Amino acid sequence: MYTPHTPADIASMLADIGVATLDELVRVPEGLAPQAQIEVPAALPERELAVVMADLASENTATNFRSFLGAGAYRHYIPPVLGTLAMRGEFLTAYTPYQAEVSQGYLQAIYEWQTYIALLTGLEYANASVYDGATALAEAAIMAVNATGRRSLVISAAIHPQTRAVLATYARGIGLSIHELPYAANGCTDFSALDALLATGDIAAVAVQSPNFFGVIDEPPADVVTRVKAASSVMIGVIAEALSLAVLRTPASWGADIAVGEAQSFGIPLAYGGPYVGFMACSAEHLRRLPGRLVGRTVDTNGKPGFTLTLQAREQHIRRERAISNICTNQAHCALLATMYLAALGERGLRDCAVANIRMTQQLVAALLELPGVTRVFAAPVFNECVLRVPGKAADVLLRLQADQILGGVDLGRWYPELADCILLTATEMTIEDDICALQQALQCQLEVLV
Amino acid sequence: MSLDIPLLFETGQPGRANRYLREEAAATTYLPPELLRETLPLPEHTELDVVRHFTRLSQRTMSIDTNFYPLGSCTMKYNPRVNDASAALAGFRDLHPYAPDALAQGALRVMHTLERALASLFGMHAFSLNPAAGAHAELTALLIALAYFAQRGEGTQRTTVIVPDTAHGTNPASAAMVGYKVVSLESDARGRVSLERILSTIGPDTAVCMMTNPNTLGLFEDHIAEIAAAVHAVGGLMYYDGANANALMGNARPGDMGFDLMHLNLHKTFSIPHGGGGAGAGPVGVSAALAPFLPTPIVRSQDDIFALDFSCEQSIGPMRSFWSNFAHMVRALSYILANGADGLAQCSKLAVLNANYLRVKLRDVIDVPFDELCRHEFVASAQGLKRDTGVRALDLAKALLDAGYHAPTMYFPLLVPECLMIEPTETESKETLDGFIAAFRAILTQARRDPSVIQSTPTTTPVARLDETQAARHPNLRWKPA
Repeated sequence: MYTPHTPADIASMLADIGVATLDELVRVPEGLAPQAQIEVPAALPERELAVVMADLASENTATNFRSFLGAGAYRHYIPPVLGTLAMRGEFLTAYTPYQAEVSQGYLQAIYEWQTYIALLTGLEYANASVYDGATALAEAAIMAVNATGRRSLVISAAIHPQTRAVLATYARGIGLSIHELPYAANGCTDFSALDALLATGDIAAVAVQSPNFFGVIDEPPADVVTRVKAASSVMIGVIAEALSLAVLRTPASWGADIAVGEAQSFGIPLAYGGPYVGFMACSAEHLRRLPGRLVGRTVDTNGKPGFTLTLQAREQHIRRERAISNICTNQAHCALLATMYLAALGERGLRDCAVANIRMTQQLVAALLELPGVTRVFAAPVFNECVLRVPGKAADVLLRLQADQILGGVDLGRWYPELADCILLTATEMTIEDDICALQQALQCQLEVLV
Repeated sequence: MSLDIPLLFETGQPGRANRYLREEAAATTYLPPELLRETLPLPEHTELDVVRHFTRLSQRTMSIDTNFYPLGSCTMKYNPRVNDASAALAGFRDLHPYAPDALAQGALRVMHTLERALASLFGMHAFSLNPAAGAHAELTALLIALAYFAQRGEGTQRTTVIVPDTAHGTNPASAAMVGYKVVSLESDARGRVSLERILSTIGPDTAVCMMTNPNTLGLFEDHIAEIAAAVHAVGGLMYYDGANANALMGNARPGDMGFDLMHLNLHKTFSIPHGGGGAGAGPVGVSAALAPFLPTPIVRSQDDIFALDFSCEQSIGPMRSFWSNFAHMVRALSYILANGADGLAQCSKLAVLNANYLRVKLRDVIDVPFDELCRHEFVASAQGLKRDTGVRALDLAKALLDAGYHAPTMYFPLLVPECLMIEPTETESKETLDGFIAAFRAILTQARRDPSVIQSTPTTTPVARLDETQAARHPNLRWKPA
């Protein structure tokens, strides 16, 4: 129970309070006592608890497989130093740094995170993080709605389907309508329908993901960005693989007003989907609409520099129903891990990591294209993911690969019925040539049987 | 003056980076140059420099591990390390969210077991583990309410959400976010929501009544059953904000009180580390009638085989990427298994014991506006002290920092002027509480003797009080190259 009270402590404290029993302290009005037996397994001593948890963990046999899974969650190298540092109890067991005088360390780390995100995206400001990349896009959409007073959004169909689904959940509740732009034959967003949508005058924002869900580098052409801005709409860039920011053109340089994304790749374990960390960056024009915590640098009463949470007048604990967002919790500890990751890798380490991802992906694609019947679906350049067409249903091919202890990628038919014979494969710096050979061989065996 | 610890961007040298990976050719070897950025202006440090930097930053961060942290409504209890060890097991840590269900049975079993345990502990039909935090859970619950009323054809009729003045700011903010009109309900003289006021406020337009019980004054809403019946009678839903669930865990259940929807902050009640403000986790519980609207996916179990179910037609849809803040689900289950039902109930009792002990030991030196048996927290007011000496709640909070204690929550709830909200939690010993009592009494004595001393605190912290006006007027939110 992790409680320190001895029977003598309890007796003397009860006497001081003036009640006879502990039960008296938690008594509830007649009829409100639990109306059913509480069904929770009996308490275990730590030794036995550890065995139970280890057994549960070992049931996740997928972690023993060779994996080409990505699609918004990426397996990257995490230097052990991150675990050592981030698990320091001071970081792990602090609350939101409301009391700035005793939270300077954490505040400075978040200020450093805000700086890293600004440098990586090329935009002026970044917040202290949000729940994840998908909710970051939903929050960016709200920023755009508040900035323009318009109620419609245009998004690319090549944004991660899950991110679009989350945006749709928010949009239904808030009462926003969403138009999707299809993807073109080369895997990039097809903007041909954009002008007609912009002409309605009700488009708050246009959102594009690059690299997109197909792995394709999908930064909108300059003339598209010009038209979006001419229509006074907000251009939102979505980055599902933050590592790509190390080498690809920044969202700011192609014209994004707001960049949002997922920074799981910066030192955060896969952990079956969370917690991860969303980032949000924007131009100076949108700063006062940026949700979530912000850390600012200032001075103390003696003129000494320090950090504090700032611009809190935007937030729910001050403004209540007039706040710009209901966000309270951010993902401080994940943002801290990411900051440590970026500090440890540095410019060259991060660039080498990103290039290794590109190189291994090109190697993977080349190896699989040697197989008869395997074709590349989209011609445009990719970062660390690629869509390949296979003979037969992707779901069947992937299931058979599992017999060879291989997770061959993600079945695109799950979200795009027209791509039911396509697999999204990912390679990172963790992929080794032996993995690629094993996949190539296993796939070849399948194809031989089919032929 | 310069920062005591220079920024990462002000130190380091190009070429000093660590060799975690092989050196690679330029990106132009693999991709057309027009797709690539020209420079990547990030600092380079040795690992030792990184270790020193963050170790020093950690030493300037007060935490549960370093100090008593009686921050009201935040439940800063001890975070058992076995929970982190469980979450760090390779089978959990390295599991990809798109791993096939058949190869992720352990993870799905964790989620299902936790979901069943929470449902039983809080008397709800089902929980979704999807929401990422408390405020996110509130939003989820309100979207469920919207979908429920839309399905009943009452979407345009149900426009109002009722929020007591003691509620957390997230409640009205979440309600406003989805277009509900927020009606604030004034507490009565007993610091509670009165049945009369509820009856005169609710009507056919009432969608949801959001309540925290015990409320943020630490008081049990003793008319809760009648309030719930009244709200139900007009067709509205009752929402339970679980911020204070540590006060009743295992001893009373929101489901039995008539709540239709609720959330939990696993990072409060279930000992998940707050991590400096996240990641949290905010499961949402619902009655049977609302279960079809829960976010996707749902973990289903049949013959001890578990699967993620995305095919819920009436679902509001997913609230976030993937399934849950899974590592936290492992931690929460680990905590529940370590305690068992009786242990969890005992945790609540001892949390209430500690809060009442502090209350009776401080009430002769500071006003306790609602001086009755409280639950897991209570509020004190420095209003009288401020009138007599000019010393405010803020000054007391800062003086406590000097004394080696984290400050209580200040200026919340809003209805108590100069408010300090104190929640000790069950994991603090009598000795720790006695130390805090002595320190707080000494501060109050000093405040009456020489207010200026207290008003100029803190003096022993790395910085003194910060100029927040300047921070907001001239936002400096990032380092910039010279």
